[in-house]
Amino acid sequence: MEQKHWLTRPETIRRLWWIFIAILAATVVAEFFIAHEVHFSVEAIFGFNAWYGFLACAALIIFAKALGLVLKKPDTYYEKRDD
Amino acid sequence: MTSLFAHPGLVLIAGALAVAWLRGGARTVVALGAPLAAVVLAWNAPDGVAVQARFLDYELALFATDKLSRLFAIIFSLMAFGGALFALNQKSRLELPAALLYAGSAIGVTFAGDLVTVFMFWELMAIGSTLVVWSAGRTAYAASLRYLMIHLLGGVLLMAGIAGHVAEFGSIAFGRMMLDSPSHWLILAGFLINAGAPPLSAWLPDAYPEASWSGTVFLSAFTTKTAVYVLLRGFPGTDLLVYIGLFMIFYGIVYALLENDMRRILAYSIVNQVGFMVTGIGIGTEMALNGAAAHAFTHIIYKALLLMSAGSVLLMTGKRKCTDLGGLFQSMPLTAACGIIGALSISSFPLTSGFVSKSMISQAAVDLHLFYVWIALAAASAGVFLHAGIKFPWFVFYQKDSGLRPPEPPLNMRIAMVFFSALCIGLGVAPGPLYDLLPYAVDYVPYTGAHVVTQLQLLLFSGLAFFVMLNFLKRTLTITLDVDWVYRVLLTDLTRIAAGGLARALARSQAVLADRAARLGGRLYRHHGPEGVLARTWPTGSMALWAMVLLLGYLLLYYL
Repeated sequence: MEQKHWLTRPETIRRLWWIFIAILAATVVAEFFIAHEVHFSVEAIFGFNAWYGFLACAALIIFAKALGLVLKKPDTYYEKRDD
Repeated sequence: MTSLFAHPGLVLIAGALAVAWLRGGARTVVALGAPLAAVVLAWNAPDGVAVQARFLDYELALFATDKLSRLFAIIFSLMAFGGALFALNQKSRLELPAALLYAGSAIGVTFAGDLVTVFMFWELMAIGSTLVVWSAGRTAYAASLRYLMIHLLGGVLLMAGIAGHVAEFGSIAFGRMMLDSPSHWLILAGFLINAGAPPLSAWLPDAYPEASWSGTVFLSAFTTKTAVYVLLRGFPGTDLLVYIGLFMIFYGIVYALLENDMRRILAYSIVNQVGFMVTGIGIGTEMALNGAAAHAFTHIIYKALLLMSAGSVLLMTGKRKCTDLGGLFQSMPLTAACGIIGALSISSFPLTSGFVSKSMISQAAVDLHLFYVWIALAAASAGVFLHAGIKFPWFVFYQKDSGLRPPEPPLNMRIAMVFFSALCIGLGVAPGPLYDLLPYAVDYVPYTGAHVVTQLQLLLFSGLAFFVMLNFLKRTLTITLDVDWVYRVLLTDLTRIAAGGLARALARSQAVLADRAARLGGRLYRHHGPEGVLARTWPTGSMALWAMVLLLGYLLLYYL
């Protein structure tokens, strides 16, 4: 049995998660150190892009999931009809 | 005086005809040389109308150049070069010539100074692209016919619009149009069909993934971006386009999230990206139009790169579904790396080309205080990372280990991918040369501390959403129904039912008619047959009798 690629080992993945979380935190903390540009009032809320990006994606995934309930078909749907 | 020989589009079309006949080294030289020559010619095309021709009563401007046409011609030729390099080892002998014809006609549209020339190259482009889909073989045939049907419909709408425009305004010049007459609505509809706009956008994700591993690379570039070009020239600042563009953006994201075929994910993402450009055209300020044009330029490169990466996977594994793939980074590290660079660029990560182009469109929304447009674009930017930026590389190159260990693709394909990766990063690091090519003077600095930090927040937290909600995104062996269901299922079923009804009605009326005919025949036979009343020899007496009856009748009528 060959050794698993280092990127696929559980301990690497755990470490990557920590690095990812550290970077996430760093981008939010960076807000204290940069000249903030506020064009619309929502942007003044702390970490706006962070939570907005997260929530927008969560909403998109849930919406897609709901739409899938109605519109998803087995991928042989059209082939079967042609037979 | 520049002649038609200096027209980059015609050079490519001539190259296409040559490549169709040549073999071996000569074929390679022409296939790569013609696009390179086109890049140089496009770069040096002189401003103004260089070639005119008379057609019927009209003066055609076959070769008219300004900054906008030059920008699109350069990127189209560059794309033709990269695509040809990638496709050199394609076995189909039809595909490469068809692709060069397709690219050449797209360039023809960008240099068209009048609507008749636009139409001519527009239709040639439809033929070229259909041939590219066709060359993938039998499996693509049905999809290619659906593709052709929609594009011919678009062509008919465009032709009707142009004819109406000429009748109304007496000019064929291609300039800015207002939505003040039915003919302009028709022209807009013709343009939008090629852009992949609703309601007829399903042709794109239907047909593109059916092309060969190299064919889709070409298809991703020309049709939709030529539509962006003509919209930029014909309908800048048309409010309707803002809403159409936003719809396309979210349609692309949602359908891509549900999709399992790796290249169909990227096809939906084309609609999404063109949506950003269409929105920018609808906003219509110089900043927005620059943004739309720049985004078309960068998009062609990174989308081709993404599809090259997917095409390499398809060629080396023969598999196209995310459910069959995974773990490929182990044996295809270069393909994976190039795919990731394309994915970061489409997501507009800082230091990639998408960052310097897409943000101009958002900036234009900020400048006009269009809050809802801006907030929708921000959500969409996060969504792009979600559906294309992470989803594509994750499911193809990582996720579970599929056990597949395919080698890297051949050298020419690797060079093409590295070349386009370098362009993605080069334009992202140093956007100056691109900004110089844009139609308006650029007053925009992409790299400010605030912009970089907010963009990173937006993208990285959407990445967090992806991994947190990974269970919701598990791939299934499904497709998602789209508007094409109407003509693939509903209309065919209705036609079948109607045809059945018609056949029954015909059979019934036939029976009735046959019955009548038989009876008529019988009666005729009775009267005129050998034994019939009217066929007998008549005695003279009966004739005299009838003559008398007639005369009496006449007498009677005379007195009445």
